[in-house]
Order: sequence, then C-alpha cells, then structure tokens
Amino acid sequence: MRASKILLTGAHRLAILAYIAVALFPLYWLLKVSVTPNRLLYSEGVRMWPSRTTFEHFEFVVAHSAFPTFFKNSLIVSGSTAVVVTILAALSGYALSRFSFRAKYWIVALMLLTQMFPLVMLVAPIFKMLSPLGLTNSLTGLVIVYSAFNVPFATFLMQSFFDGIPKDLEEAAMIDGATQFVAFRQIILPLTLPGIAATLGFVFTAAWSELLFALMLISGNDAATFPVGLLSFVSKFSVDFGQMMAAGVLALIPACLFFLMIQRYLVQGLTAGAVKG
Amino acid sequence: MPSPAPTDDRRPFLGRLADASQPYLYSAPSLVLIVAVMLVPLVLGLSYAFRDIQLLNPFSGGFVGLDHFRVLGRDQDFYRALKNTLWWTGASVFLQFFLGLILALLLNKPFAGRGLAQALVFLPWAVPSFLAGLNWAWLFNPVIGPLSHWLHALGILSEPLNILADPQLAMWGPIAANVWWGIPFFAITLLAALQAIPNDLYEAAAIDGAGPVQRFVSITLPFLAPTIAITVLLRTVWISNFADLIIVMTNGGPADRTQIVASYIFTQAFRRLDFGYASAIALVLLAALLAYSMLIVLLRQTLLNRN
Repeated sequence: MRASKILLTGAHRLAILAYIAVALFPLYWLLKVSVTPNRLLYSEGVRMWPSRTTFEHFEFVVAHSAFPTFFKNSLIVSGSTAVVVTILAALSGYALSRFSFRAKYWIVALMLLTQMFPLVMLVAPIFKMLSPLGLTNSLTGLVIVYSAFNVPFATFLMQSFFDGIPKDLEEAAMIDGATQFVAFRQIILPLTLPGIAATLGFVFTAAWSELLFALMLISGNDAATFPVGLLSFVSKFSVDFGQMMAAGVLALIPACLFFLMIQRYLVQGLTAGAVKG
Repeated sequence: MPSPAPTDDRRPFLGRLADASQPYLYSAPSLVLIVAVMLVPLVLGLSYAFRDIQLLNPFSGGFVGLDHFRVLGRDQDFYRALKNTLWWTGASVFLQFFLGLILALLLNKPFAGRGLAQALVFLPWAVPSFLAGLNWAWLFNPVIGPLSHWLHALGILSEPLNILADPQLAMWGPIAANVWWGIPFFAITLLAALQAIPNDLYEAAAIDGAGPVQRFVSITLPFLAPTIAITVLLRTVWISNFADLIIVMTNGGPADRTQIVASYIFTQAFRRLDFGYASAIALVLLAALLAYSMLIVLLRQTLLNRN
C-alpha cells in the first residue's frame, strides 16, 4: 500500500515536470537563438547551448531600431484596454450574475454572437467607421476596438466569479440599509479581486498579441504596436533571426511579468473565508 | 435614467422602476461598446457579402446579389478549407481540453512548489500568439530547430525534414503550436471549477467506500460539466476562427493543405483585397458556427436542468 502511494506520488511529480518542460522548451529556444552569434546560428543550430553567447542582437534592437517606441505603444494600448474592459465587465458580469431580467437572454445571446463571427469580417467596416473620426493610426482607436472585442469574454469570466460568491453577503448589507450598488462596490468587488486580476491578465495578454487590426488600422511607425513592429522587422531583416528573436524575447518580458504577478490569483478558492468561515 | 431618490420618500412606482432598470444600467456601458464596435460593423460587413467591394477600386461598391455565393459554391479551395477547418479545430480543441484537464487534475493536488509549477505551466498563455507561431515554425525548421531531428530519432519521420513543408504532415505544425499555447486556458478554467467543488462531498464519498475513479465520475465530472460545456463551446468557435498561427507558420501552404476557412478569408481580403467575396465566405462560416453553438447551448441547458 505504501509502495504504491510512493509510486503514485512519483508519477504525479514526473507528469508535472513533463508539463513544465514542454511549456518552457520553446521559450528556452527563443532565448537561446537570441544570444547565439550569427556565425554560429546555422553551424550549431541544434545544440542545446551555443559555444559562445552574445548580446549584440539585443543591443541592436534597443539602440538602433524603433523597437522601444513599439514597446511603449503596446504597453499603453494593452494597459488601457485591460482597465477599461475590467471595469465594464465587472458591471455587466454582475448584472448577469445577480439579476433575472427580461433582456438577459438577449444580452447573453448577443455576447455569444460576438464570440462567433470571424473578426476578419470587421476589418473593412471598422476601418471605414474609424477613419472619419480620426481614430485610425491612433492608439485610442486601438483601445476602443480591443475593448469591444474583449468585453464579452471578460463579462462571462466576471459573471462566473460573481456566481461563486453567495448572495447572502449583499442581501445582509442591503438589510442594513445599503443600496445594491454600494453593496456591490464595497462587499462584492473586494471579494472578487482574484477575478479582477484574472480578467486584467487575460485582456492584457490578448491586447498585447493582437496583430490583424493593428496592421490594418496603424500605418506609421509612431503608433505601431509591438506585433506590427516585429512584422516590419521580419520583412526588413528577413534573414536576421537572431535580432527577430531578441525583439521577441524583449516583448515577452512585460506579458510574462504581468502573468507571473497575477497567476496566483487565477484559481484561488473564490469564496474561501467569506461564508464558510 | 431615474434620479436616485432618497430611500425614505421613495414612492413604490419609482422604486420598482429603479429596481427594474438596475440590471440595464449595469450592462449598458458594455452593450453600447459591443453594439457600436462589433454589431454595427458586422451588419455593414454582412451587406458587403452582397456587394462588389474592392478596397482599392473606387468604382466598386455596387450590389451584386448572390453572385459571390454562386462562385463560392463552385470554389474547390473553399471546400478544402472547410475540411481543413474541421480537422484543425477538432484536433486542437480535443488535445487542448484533454491535456488541460489532466493538468488541472494534477495541479488540484497540494504539493510542495505548486505555486511555482502553476506559474511555469501557465506561461505559454502569456506568449503573443504570432510569436508562438514564429517560435514553433523555428523549432520545426531542421536547420535551426531540434524537433525534426528528434522526430527522426524516434522513428516518426523517415528523414529529418521540416514537417511544415510536407503536405501530408504540415497541419500538425500549427496544431502543435496551438495545443502548446492553449492548454493553460483549459487548465486555468477547469482548475477554478475543480476548486469550487466542496471537499465534504469527496469525504462523504470516501466514507461510503467510493474509489478514486468512482469519485471522479460521480462527483467531479457532473460538477465540471457546465464549465466544460461553456469553455469547449467558446474555444471551438474561437479556434475555428483563429488564423494567426497558420498565417505565421505556413500561410495556408503547402498546396493549401493548411488553409482553413478563416485564413482563406484573410487571404481573400488582404491579398486580393476582395472584401465582398471574403465577407460572403465569412457569412457561410458564421451560419455554420451559429448552428453549432445552438446545439451546445441546448446541451448545456439540458445538463443544468438535470442537476
């Protein structure tokens, strides 16, 4: 009995290690290529670590390219989108979680519909709508478009987090004389912090990696986000994989940092301590 | 918007009105944004399906009726893209879900270093999708990546060639990248659902003598079922529309073997700048996805009613 338990524990740890190895290997390879000198790139292509490393690719990318601008633009766009979407989704997710009202079915249907159609359909109409408003080639335009794209999923996400919080909590507060909005803001929202963090993280990473609309709506270097910038890298320096991957590694940093920061909130016990005591 | 009346002199009617309008006020900002930036352009885009819209041709824009659909009915590339979409979506969703569920079950057990392990296995989710595509295309490249050599050593490939250039195998490239990238989504969602299951149930079942398999089937699965239904629904729809990896890794090739409907639409819209035809294809895809989603929603409703 004891031996089989040890065996099971060992298998469990091994499986976890296998998942970690698969998750990290491509990123490790990205890093490896970005520090491999060009001379060794092809001759030592499949070695686990190059015989000599260099930071020349990173130096070039930071000092001699427009990459810092792309980086800043992506940070502004993703950060603003995450905040806007989380506020809107907290409100609408709360409505779906706590109220039963006539239009609820239609709101859910509308939001599901938005998850269904190919966004590529919207490229031309959105371009034509935003153009007279001066919102093409602008970061604000991107924030508006990305916010709309991410609100439906974020709403469902927030709704599921609200569903996990017992109704008794705000009912008690309302008996004590608080309006529902006050109860929502002061009692429910603080309990949903893990949900809010998860939503922020999801939306931030989604906005950080969006390519299609950024390509369509942005034409100049000044407002280009990181993906657009990297693609211009690919076309300009199509053989310089080292520089491309160095830019890729740099672009991973904020997304990964943000993710590592919020990941422990992602799956916390949501109602722990609130009602169960 | 009703003015916020002081609680003590709130008349019943106004009170009821305020109560009734409350859910609408909460959801209004999201709805306005969705309608303005998604629904209105969607309707515009649908009208493009019946018009001759070429982005660079100022004389286009005329109404052409069902012409696009007649062309579409004879378009062999479209049928192939449809078949590829089923394959791409089915394989990706199944593998992501299956491996994600296993990961969630593994992580649901407390062990030393769980926080760190969780952070590391969820990391691929933070990788921008097109960067993941480039990264995997690189890994499959026999000159600078190790994968084809490993597959050769394992006897899966007879030669260490780039599978992205092999018409028979090319689809596995984007699928591998997609599975790697999407496992965390399922793992996160399922892990959250797993942790919401009250522990008392397992304890009671254990006292009653239920084994681990029986506990999984009669407690875990029924509790997870609604979450599984909604995540699989959203994910299937999302992946069938997800062209980034394919565009980045194979661009639909070789010989259109990895062209899915979404990337075909992209090609029509951006290479040929034919927004009319692209919108017509998108309309067909939309109809298929709608039918699929209705099915899943009905299924979920039945599951919920049964509980």
